[in-house]
Amino acid sequence: MLKVEQIETFYGSSQALFGVSLKVRAGEVVTLLGRNGMGKSTTIKSIMGLTQVTRGRITFNDIEIHHLPSYQVARQGLGLVPEGRQIFPNLTVLENIMVGAANRGGREEPYTLDEVLEIFPRLAERLKNYGNQLSGGEQQMLAVVRALMTTPKLLILDEATEGLAPLVRKEIWYGLSVLKARGQSILVIDKNLDALMKLADRHYVMERGAVVWSGETDELADNEELKARYLGV
Amino acid sequence: MHMLSQFNRKTICIISSALLLALLPMLATLAGEPYLVSLFSRILIYALAAASLDLILGYGGLVSLGHAAFFGIGAYTVGILAHHDFEETALISWPLFIPGSDSGLVAWPVAILVSALLAAIIGALSLRTRGMHFIMITLAFAQMLFFFFVSLEGYGGDDGLTLFSRNTLPGLDLGDDVQFYYVCLALLGAFLFLAGRLVESRFGMVIRGCRESEKRMQSLGFPTFRYKLLCFVIAGGAAGLAGALIANQVEYVSPGLMHWTRSAIILVMVLLGGSGTLYGPVLGAAAFLLLEEVLSIYTEHWMVYFGPVMILVVLFARHGLFGILVGKENRHG
Ligand SMILES: Nc1ncnc2c1ncn2[C@@H]1O[C@H](COP(=O)(O)OP(=O)(O)OP(=O)(O)O)[C@@H](O)[C@H]1O
Ligand SMILES: [Mg+2]
Repeated sequence: MLKVEQIETFYGSSQALFGVSLKVRAGEVVTLLGRNGMGKSTTIKSIMGLTQVTRGRITFNDIEIHHLPSYQVARQGLGLVPEGRQIFPNLTVLENIMVGAANRGGREEPYTLDEVLEIFPRLAERLKNYGNQLSGGEQQMLAVVRALMTTPKLLILDEATEGLAPLVRKEIWYGLSVLKARGQSILVIDKNLDALMKLADRHYVMERGAVVWSGETDELADNEELKARYLGV
Repeated sequence: MHMLSQFNRKTICIISSALLLALLPMLATLAGEPYLVSLFSRILIYALAAASLDLILGYGGLVSLGHAAFFGIGAYTVGILAHHDFEETALISWPLFIPGSDSGLVAWPVAILVSALLAAIIGALSLRTRGMHFIMITLAFAQMLFFFFVSLEGYGGDDGLTLFSRNTLPGLDLGDDVQFYYVCLALLGAFLFLAGRLVESRFGMVIRGCRESEKRMQSLGFPTFRYKLLCFVIAGGAAGLAGALIANQVEYVSPGLMHWTRSAIILVMVLLGGSGTLYGPVLGAAAFLLLEEVLSIYTEHWMVYFGPVMILVVLFARHGLFGILVGKENRHG
């Protein structure tokens, strides 16, 4: 469904992406791996139209999206959980969620409020609180729920478990596995390789703004050299 | 329990102020100070202008230093229409004859429309920028307009236009200060009610979201520019209505109404009262104009004394006087 072909992206005059290509098929969970500063977030921002792509092509269900403003990209059915805890601190939890629900561009069967709250039950008790009254983990869950409410055909998560306590991480990984079982396509960036291996189907490894390896979970699991060299494990 | 008591505190504040304002003409008569009625009409009018600025400043997070442009245009609309009505000349004579008017039912909606249209133009050009650039561009447009009216000899230029009388409204005599006061109060009340609904609506949610992060809002699928523009237009239209009222109150319009210092005063009212609260700017307008009234009895350099008060409030009460009054949990909306 998502096809990224040879994209190049610059920040000012410094080039961040040097011809990145990747694909996500419907129903797949795909990861983007790599050490700090290798261009994972930039790739995602380029897909979402948050940074300009200077060369290459991005299509989503055969529609070219790399020239669209980001709100139109989102409306094609791409839901982003951005890096950092980017919820709206001065909106209530419920408002944060409903802001997502306002643009249901994507899937046939939308998630309902009850459904998403069932996946992330912690939030159900906090609907009236303001975003800035939540713990880090709750904020992160809220960001996921907000993206889900746009009923994305493809959910994109950038470091959704970074800096969270192990128990909270588990809840998020559990939530994602529930989503996967429902057939949700997901593109995920994370540093937690073990959890990703359980969840994902395929992986892309990035190094200095380019994809240096791609393959399935089994192949990655067996490739100690690759993991040591590019992922530092 | 905590939440409840704060909810009450806000409601109590709003209801008691509303009551006070409703009874004000009576109280003024009892106190033997009838001039208070026109002072408070002025407060209500500036409150409307300030609350309208709060829509873009407090909720949209856009600091505009050109809001008086809409205020002034609203006032001039009333002034120019009245001028042609009095002189019995054509406002527009070609391709069709359009006369002036002294009817509030005509002049006020036209004032709203004209200032909303102006806001659409200024907004379309300025809302692509942010921060300092946005401040400077809105300021520049307002000053351009100021100098345009200064040079407009046909309508008095620098000296402005004097109205022959206040506008007419069916069944009312706006020349009567008490009746005019209640019209201002009703319009301010209506605006606060509608604006309150607006900021709680989906539209308001998007605007408030933009203040926090426009990019985030865009990646949720919102064409944020259009939302901000509409918000700017609504705020401009409401400021235009306030301008139409001020023209009626003082029966005089001049380019000074849209000078950048006027924009700054309206901005100060919002910050002093508490931005992002709608009611705060009303409080800010009252505090500002009352202080001006009191301090200027003693010194013509009243700003010297007002300045420090202002700085203290803005520094130590992030949500202004309204925040102090109702407690911080309840300042929202
Ligand atoms: N806004 C920006 N302006 C300039 N350079 C940037 C900007 N954002 C990222 N970069 C640079 O682009 C390169 C890729 O950064 P990117 O954020 O995509 O990496 P990442 O793989 O997501 O890293 P991390 O794991 O730390 O999130 C880095 O060298 C970074 O310094
Ligand atoms: Mg990153």
